[in-house]
Amino acid sequence: MLKNRFGGLLFQLIALALSFGVVSLILISIGASPTQAFQNMFRGSFGEIRKFAEVLVAFVPLLLVTAGLLVTFSAGLWNIGVEGQIVLGAIATTWVYRYFLESDLPPALIITFAILGGMIGGALWAALTGILKVFGGVNEIFGGLGLNFVATALTIYLIFGPWKRPGVASMSGTVPFPDEFSLPLLADLRISPWALGIALVAILIVFFLLQGTYFGLKLKAVGKNFRAAYLLGIPTWQYLMYSFLIGGALAGLAGAMQVAAVYHRLIPSISSGYGYLGLMVAMLINYQAIWAIPVALFFAALNIGSIQLPIVMKLDSSLAGVLQGTLVLFVLLMEGARQKLMKREQTT
Amino acid sequence: MTQETILIGLAGILAASAPIVFAVLGETLSERAGVINLSMNGTILLAAMGGFAVAYNTNNILLGFLTGMLIGALVALIVAFASITLNQSQVAVGFVLALTCRDLSYFLGSPYMGVPGPRLQAIPIPILSDIPILGVLFFRQDAITYISFIAIILAWVWVYRTRPGLMLQGIGEKPAAAYIRGANVNLMRYVYTVVGGALIGLAGPAFSLASRAGWMGTISGLDGFGWIALSITIFGGWNPIRGAFGAYLFGFLQWLGLVLQPVLTQVPSQVLQVAPFPLMILTLLLVNIGNAEWVERTLAAMPESTRKFFAKLLRAMRASPPAALGVPFERD
Repeated sequence: MLKNRFGGLLFQLIALALSFGVVSLILISIGASPTQAFQNMFRGSFGEIRKFAEVLVAFVPLLLVTAGLLVTFSAGLWNIGVEGQIVLGAIATTWVYRYFLESDLPPALIITFAILGGMIGGALWAALTGILKVFGGVNEIFGGLGLNFVATALTIYLIFGPWKRPGVASMSGTVPFPDEFSLPLLADLRISPWALGIALVAILIVFFLLQGTYFGLKLKAVGKNFRAAYLLGIPTWQYLMYSFLIGGALAGLAGAMQVAAVYHRLIPSISSGYGYLGLMVAMLINYQAIWAIPVALFFAALNIGSIQLPIVMKLDSSLAGVLQGTLVLFVLLMEGARQKLMKREQTT
Repeated sequence: MTQETILIGLAGILAASAPIVFAVLGETLSERAGVINLSMNGTILLAAMGGFAVAYNTNNILLGFLTGMLIGALVALIVAFASITLNQSQVAVGFVLALTCRDLSYFLGSPYMGVPGPRLQAIPIPILSDIPILGVLFFRQDAITYISFIAIILAWVWVYRTRPGLMLQGIGEKPAAAYIRGANVNLMRYVYTVVGGALIGLAGPAFSLASRAGWMGTISGLDGFGWIALSITIFGGWNPIRGAFGAYLFGFLQWLGLVLQPVLTQVPSQVLQVAPFPLMILTLLLVNIGNAEWVERTLAAMPESTRKFFAKLLRAMRASPPAALGVPFERD
């Protein structure tokens, strides 16, 4: 029973129940009602069409980042630098917009350039981590982390320095771009169907890339057993660099969406932690692209739903992160327990 | 700047670096045994919040520090259990804990935001504090800074000069050989991860009850130190003294950023604060580049005299991780 798909699902459901249980205990311990908290989170994300649109706004970058991370994870890489890659995507997009601010080109073309620019920005930033790893022997976790901090500093430098608002620079970001530079939004809502479509197409492409192509197969071979892949004649370091470039481009695309469809300018916290959240999503779905859409939607809903908590219940909105984290933690623990039980079953 | 202000500045660096020193020492012990505790960034925040909350409610600073250590030990226990007993990826579990503990600290800490609370006071040591220069630097600090000095020396002696320390090196380098020689590898890994975790946890209250007293939630400015400590551990080549040196170097760079700020007015303060990170990457590069294959090939192609020089230089900077770092050990 432990071996089949049903067994795996059962253990995941137990993990889900455990995480809600632990978070409930935390809430009870500070004298808050768990049912009320969960209800508020649900209402805050699915209660109204306007709120659900906000969930989709968060879902777009999260799904894009997850898509990119699935590629790097396939190659066995821990791309923690994904946060910085989102940021550089946003910076590059802003740069392209600023470059064409006075031009007569049709806005659709400028938006396209800006988004492509964002992808290139993210890819190049990821390539930096890749070069550090492949040629400098610096583990991608540490190279990536360091570059994340550098990327954030770069954003703040640009907002307070060369790109500051006329008059006084502030944490509210650069001057907003004219309306025609925005990806078209649905009437009265903040969600752009274009952004949603791009994110869904991206995850589909990644799914087919990993499942249905020779490239994906080789990438996974590199990730599963680097040495064996090398001995089999796969140019391993090129494949590592490809996966960094693809993963970075998708993270950069997420940053581009944040600028082109959500904020219409560069703000200090442009990545909003979606990079780290994407790592959690990728772990939770056990690196299976097919589950990315529902899980990313669920995580986005938790994030948006938790915005209600400080207003309605005077609770900090970081509860969403606690719930997401305990969920991933219990899934990892239950998976470990399942494997251990399976082994015991085999030996007896 | 007078000599006096420089000395006080340097003494301040030693105090401000104490939390990082604890975190680096804890991580060093854990990684020496073969377990990466990646949860550090969240652990430190949760320990800082928990330590502050307990010290505030009981008005007992010691209890606050113990709480921090307990939190660090418990989080490390989860890492150890998940990776050693359940065979899950240390990096995955550690990373999830890093985020979860961070959010938990913000969630539980919100009632303590900006509340004035207890804080350690400096205790000048009689006689010693009057020694010129050294007195100001080392002997007019608070208790936790003194403990950080002692911890560095103890950790170094333990790793390099004692029998259990030798065994510790063994279980991180060649666990199979250590096992044959009678070490219970997995038990020792549990012990060192938990003890290391307690040290990492100590970093929390060393911030919130001493050098950066109080709890300010997301604007505490503590988020990120755990990641820095992680890279300093590598920079230190898993050697407690070299690691502590890295922590002080980092503290010095941050202090330099603050001092230079009035001079470099065009550069926003946030930029100067992250100046150590590119330098950290650069040092990681220098420490690791000797391990890269192409470097060896290039070296081999060099004329004898230059080759010797560069090989020596690289070897001096190089740090190789414990061979079994992150590799699970199974008896059969």
